[in-house]
Amino acid sequence: MPGKLKAKIVAGRHLPIMDRASDLTDAFVEVKFGNTTFKTDVYPKSLNPQWNSEWFKFEVDDEDLQDEPLQITVLDHDTYSANDAIGKVYIDIDPLLCSEAATVISGWLPIYDTIHGIRGEINVLVKVDLFNDLNRFRQSSCGVKFFCTTSIPRCYRAVMVHGFVEELVVNEDPEYQWIDRIRTPRASNEARQRLIFLMSGELQRKIGLKVLEMGGNAVVGYLQCFDLEGESGLVVRAIGTACTLEKISSTLPATATHPSNSSPSKDMKEPGFGEEAPGVPLSSGPPTPLRAQTFSSFSPSKSYSRQSSSSDTELSLTPKTGMGSGGSAGKEAGPLKALLRQQTQSALEQRRVSSSSEAFVRTGEYPFFPLTAFPPGFLLHVGGVVSARSVKLLDRIHNPALGNTRSYKLLDWNSFTADEPETRDAWWEEIRQEIKSHAKALGCQAVVGYSESTSICEEVCILSASGTAAILSSRFMQDGPLDTEHRLSRQPLCVFSTGSERVEGDMGSSASLGFEEVVSPGCGFCHIPYDELNIPFPAQLTYCYCCRRYKVPDVLFTTIDLPTEANVTGKGCLIQARLCRTKKKAQGEGNATVISNLLPFLEYELHTQLMNKLKLRGMNALFGLRIQISIGETMLLGLASATGVYLTALPSPGGIQIAGKTPSDITYEQHISNMQKKINDTIAKNKELYEINPPEVVEEIIGSPIPEPRQRSRLFRSQSESSDEVSELDLSHGKKDAFVLEIDDTDAVEDIHALLTDFPTPAGFYSCNTEIMPGIQNWTSAIQMFTSVRVFRLNASLTSQGLNKIFSDLCENLLKSLYFKLRSMVPCCLCHLNFTVAIPEDELIQVAVTAVAMSFDKEQLLENGKQSGEKTLIKAITENDEQLQFNLELNAETPSPNPLSSPKGLSEVGSHLSARALSVDYSSFADRCSSWIEQLKLKAHTIRRGSVKTTSSMEKASPLPEGRSRSLRSNRSYSGSSVAVVKMTPLSFIPGAKIIKYLGIINMFFIRETTSLREEGGVSGFLHTFIAEVFAMVRAHVAALGGNAVVSYSMKECVFMENPNKNQAQCLINVSGDAVIFVRESELESTSVQTQSATTHTSNGAEGT
Amino acid sequence: MSVELDVFVGNTTIMDKEVYQLWLNGYTVNDAVKVRIEGGVMEECEASAEVLLSDTMDQYRTFQMCERLLHHPAKLANQLLFQFHPQIPPDRQAMLIERYYAFDDSFVREVLGKKLSKGTKKDLDDVSTKTGITLKSCRRQFDNFKRVFKVVEELKGPLVENIRQHFLLPDQLARDYAAIVFFANNRFETGKKKLHYLTFQDFAFCAGQLINNWTLGAVDNIMDDMDVDLDKEFLQELKDLKILITDKDLLDQHKSLVCTALRGKTNVFNEMEANFKNLSRGLVNIAAKLINAKDVRDFFIDLVEKFIEPCRSDKWTSIDVNLYLTHYTNSAHILDTFKHHAVWTRYMGVIKSCILRMYHD
Repeated sequence: MPGKLKAKIVAGRHLPIMDRASDLTDAFVEVKFGNTTFKTDVYPKSLNPQWNSEWFKFEVDDEDLQDEPLQITVLDHDTYSANDAIGKVYIDIDPLLCSEAATVISGWLPIYDTIHGIRGEINVLVKVDLFNDLNRFRQSSCGVKFFCTTSIPRCYRAVMVHGFVEELVVNEDPEYQWIDRIRTPRASNEARQRLIFLMSGELQRKIGLKVLEMGGNAVVGYLQCFDLEGESGLVVRAIGTACTLEKISSTLPATATHPSNSSPSKDMKEPGFGEEAPGVPLSSGPPTPLRAQTFSSFSPSKSYSRQSSSSDTELSLTPKTGMGSGGSAGKEAGPLKALLRQQTQSALEQRRVSSSSEAFVRTGEYPFFPLTAFPPGFLLHVGGVVSARSVKLLDRIHNPALGNTRSYKLLDWNSFTADEPETRDAWWEEIRQEIKSHAKALGCQAVVGYSESTSICEEVCILSASGTAAILSSRFMQDGPLDTEHRLSRQPLCVFSTGSERVEGDMGSSASLGFEEVVSPGCGFCHIPYDELNIPFPAQLTYCYCCRRYKVPDVLFTTIDLPTEANVTGKGCLIQARLCRTKKKAQGEGNATVISNLLPFLEYELHTQLMNKLKLRGMNALFGLRIQISIGETMLLGLASATGVYLTALPSPGGIQIAGKTPSDITYEQHISNMQKKINDTIAKNKELYEINPPEVVEEIIGSPIPEPRQRSRLFRSQSESSDEVSELDLSHGKKDAFVLEIDDTDAVEDIHALLTDFPTPAGFYSCNTEIMPGIQNWTSAIQMFTSVRVFRLNASLTSQGLNKIFSDLCENLLKSLYFKLRSMVPCCLCHLNFTVAIPEDELIQVAVTAVAMSFDKEQLLENGKQSGEKTLIKAITENDEQLQFNLELNAETPSPNPLSSPKGLSEVGSHLSARALSVDYSSFADRCSSWIEQLKLKAHTIRRGSVKTTSSMEKASPLPEGRSRSLRSNRSYSGSSVAVVKMTPLSFIPGAKIIKYLGIINMFFIRETTSLREEGGVSGFLHTFIAEVFAMVRAHVAALGGNAVVSYSMKECVFMENPNKNQAQCLINVSGDAVIFVRESELESTSVQTQSATTHTSNGAEGT
Repeated sequence: MSVELDVFVGNTTIMDKEVYQLWLNGYTVNDAVKVRIEGGVMEECEASAEVLLSDTMDQYRTFQMCERLLHHPAKLANQLLFQFHPQIPPDRQAMLIERYYAFDDSFVREVLGKKLSKGTKKDLDDVSTKTGITLKSCRRQFDNFKRVFKVVEELKGPLVENIRQHFLLPDQLARDYAAIVFFANNRFETGKKKLHYLTFQDFAFCAGQLINNWTLGAVDNIMDDMDVDLDKEFLQELKDLKILITDKDLLDQHKSLVCTALRGKTNVFNEMEANFKNLSRGLVNIAAKLINAKDVRDFFIDLVEKFIEPCRSDKWTSIDVNLYLTHYTNSAHILDTFKHHAVWTRYMGVIKSCILRMYHD
């Protein structure tokens, strides 16, 4: 049973002229859901038809509601010939199925045609009446919330994290079906769009079911990907983290939403807390013993493997070719023995054993988390990056009538599409097993920041997975103590918002959380989780530079965001390693073998480059590491992006030393010393640029963060071999830990060139590929999300080195262009710079970048504890400006009066703030932790958040945000002529604003094709228009849901194909994100500023010390 | 190695005013890059020529995409494709429109009064070489004229107001467009050598006078009729003014009244007295002939030949002209046998202000 879907077609506007004779259009609309179709009347001779139809009602199963999109087709009526289609609108009604999300879809949506693009707009109203289904064996999973955001969404808190969920569905690609030969490109494109819509819906429903099974009510970090495998089909797969989320009540007076929601969510919770609880994922099997192990490993005596990155890369060098062509070995893809290195052998054996013994392990057993940011206290230790790749041959599904012997063989176990998911599942199964064993080898029970990707060229496919091995706190897991939850629920704050407070709580109360008591939040995650005696590689461990108690590695590579509580010195920057390798053309298995042989070298070189560039910038850790390997017919591309930072807890990196192998020649010596000098200069310059000046600071602040700091640090000193310590604080290069590059090595020469040719970012710009840049907090509200795509044609016959240079220049030039484009936003930071590379065809390289540029206030960059108060002041003022503009834009109909919105009032408040420094929350925090400067910088966040807290508690008394949001919408419709502004950002938040409601996931797939490429401005004109149209459609759908922003936006797929000779091109784009309603913080605060300033008066003074 | 494809799309559309102007001026991408380099934007932002080229091409593409909307400015407000900077959308859009519809005086002088047809468009390359304005820019300006003309041609109500509403133009620009439409519709001759000294603004002023006084909409606001055509009834009535020159007595009487009034007040009194009959015949004949469409076209050339040139050769100052025309108009009302006062006032009011505006070097 059950649900009733209702749709009403109101009007159209800007329709194209369909009748040349009259220059007008006789439009009508078909509304289709499942197999039911309704039609409106024909509205004759108008480009702005007013249908104002009745409510079309569809009575359908909720299963269908989840799978199917509502399909609206606008047509031109023609008396004599067939009606011409103007275009279509697909509406994903999933957001309406979750009572906490949107309630109605209403607004102008672009009418889209795959050949002509956007052709006018249509105004529709869509509603769903859902009857709750209590059937245990139901196939639907309505009510499970999905979030693309890879952290706990801002207005929720995690009651429990259940673990990893994954699913994939497979189908034939309509573009490769026989029927495609006789149908029009439009029909083919539409069939594809519709199919992918259906598959995404089905996938989401199935994942939802798994979540319900686990007892959760939401999926966070939902990542859905397509594999366009060509002839062998189309795979849609997704991963995510199942959680039980609870809305933070103070954020939204949820009296209206909660009761209606209650039945599905209660449904979910019961099994979660009840019978099933102990049996499910993380508590079962390996994790428990592992956790025990980690506890013990804290006495820094035992050991294991590590040296974060290099070892990881080594570990991951186990490419396997799937011997696709039948045989019993096919399923258990045989690894290429020749490639295996000694160290990895054991890991691999282990994998094989495990996968053969428990052939299909329950997915719940993977302690993987696609999340990249965590509630403070959740992430205890980070081991390092773990990754696994595997090369597979895609099995062709031949038409039996045409099949040769080989394909007949294949048909044995792969002719039915129903079999396909099994095969693909098994492939991923292998990879996940491998990741899991790598994590184990690092002494970790979990993998965070986990992601999976593929690269396909013809019939060869590389499957990759990577993540960060970590040890997590049991607190949020299923077997976590219940009182923790209680404690959490008492806090009216989002768990994310104030790291400091959470930790305080831990220190004060819980005994169950053992060692956390003594680990400071700023460095705890750096401490090695593994046993230092068993390190297979010569890793250099030192005592933590913050607490002096535990061992830390010399460098740390991770795939997650920088934890908010981490102690960082200076600022970070984007670091990229780029590599291009030629390969011989080959077919089938031969090709797979060639690729497998190349992969390890590619990864090794990428790693070396990353390491060199990191050292050149004087930094010691990488966050958000993404390594993308892309295959083409004649080359392989590798692109590794990460954000480098200087973690205060880790030792200062040594310099880079160049050594010549043949020191006979004097000019040669000179050459080397010149180069050495250049490198040293660059390092020095970079340190200045990124404000990295650690040693002194370290000495001063050491030991201050924890209650009895002095003694402990002294204790440490005496324990450790002090002479060694001191020398390590020395910044001079050429120490034993310096990185030695031997110049004889041609690779090294190349590396050095690569190092020195990276252009510095222009003044006023910063860049990172993580959510935020360490060291910058005072964002203004000016944000600009953008997508940039470039395709380069290479000349034939280039050497690998030449290719490398070209590829590197390509990326650099792209960045330079971005800086130039965004020059008006200076000072600003490009955040979440996400590069994707592809080789669309021979000799073409495609690079696509999506990121957001965010402005910040320059003056406030000076970091000093005292100034953070002023920061809030200026912040408040700028926000107030924004608010005024914001109001203006919405016809200035703000419902709540803002007594303090006059600049004068604010500046008064501001002066209080600047004089007295900080707000309540912060000061209480500061009392405990005393003043440590680095921490302060980070916690300017906390200040803001703290103020939010006050606000949100105030808000109960003030007009409801719900009402406010409604007024936003009514304003929008009221103002009529102007279009609502919808912000888009790849980040999970909007600076200076508070997300008050998540409206549901946006997941859209579009195809655009043209047969008049030149007329549309060539390839660039074509793609430019298409991307702009995709943005427009995303914005329109978000606005129709009642939202004013998309967060965690990403463009997952951008496949571009051209045939200039035929004047044709085709492009596929897949985008996703979370539709939200946000309210400016200034708007929320305006009422509470008064109170706040009063409290600041009474309760502070701790600052300035 | 070559860049095959290069695009940048922001969620809020970035438009560089300077590049927009270069685009409007019809510069090629390469020329625009040169101008920008000379402008020093490179040093300012540590950019290279390559970056500048990429940016310029991108901007040009954006403008081309936007051009479709600029043809119907009303659509710009509720289109979904571009999201302009949220903080200043109305300004930015107004700027885009205003600049798109702006035109060069030297260009408009060339096509003013010509039929806005394909034939004229074909000759634009000559106009381009003559004025030094790029052909691309000429085409845009011409197409703008034509588009505005087509839209308001069929509309009822006041011309200027119609233009302002449909194209969201500022007042002055809307008036200029009204003039252009009015001239194109009535096909006034403006290209003759004798008229070369007149600027577009002179003509625009005269057009304003004609629209406000001689069209149907001018007398009868209630009828909401069109402003583009002259009031046929009025033109018919103008024939009656011929009596001023055909009736010998009336002509003499008129002359003596004017001379009495002017005596001693001007240095060119003698010339004035000698020329009175000629000048009066000139003006009245213009009036009488306006019923013929062909003579309407020659309106301005006639004014110059029949009145302005004779006065100028006698070295009248514009004060003299003003004085003369004032008394010439007023004296006619005192004539006992002259009955067509209303038509006379309506006619002479426009003639006087037009002549005064046109009376310069």
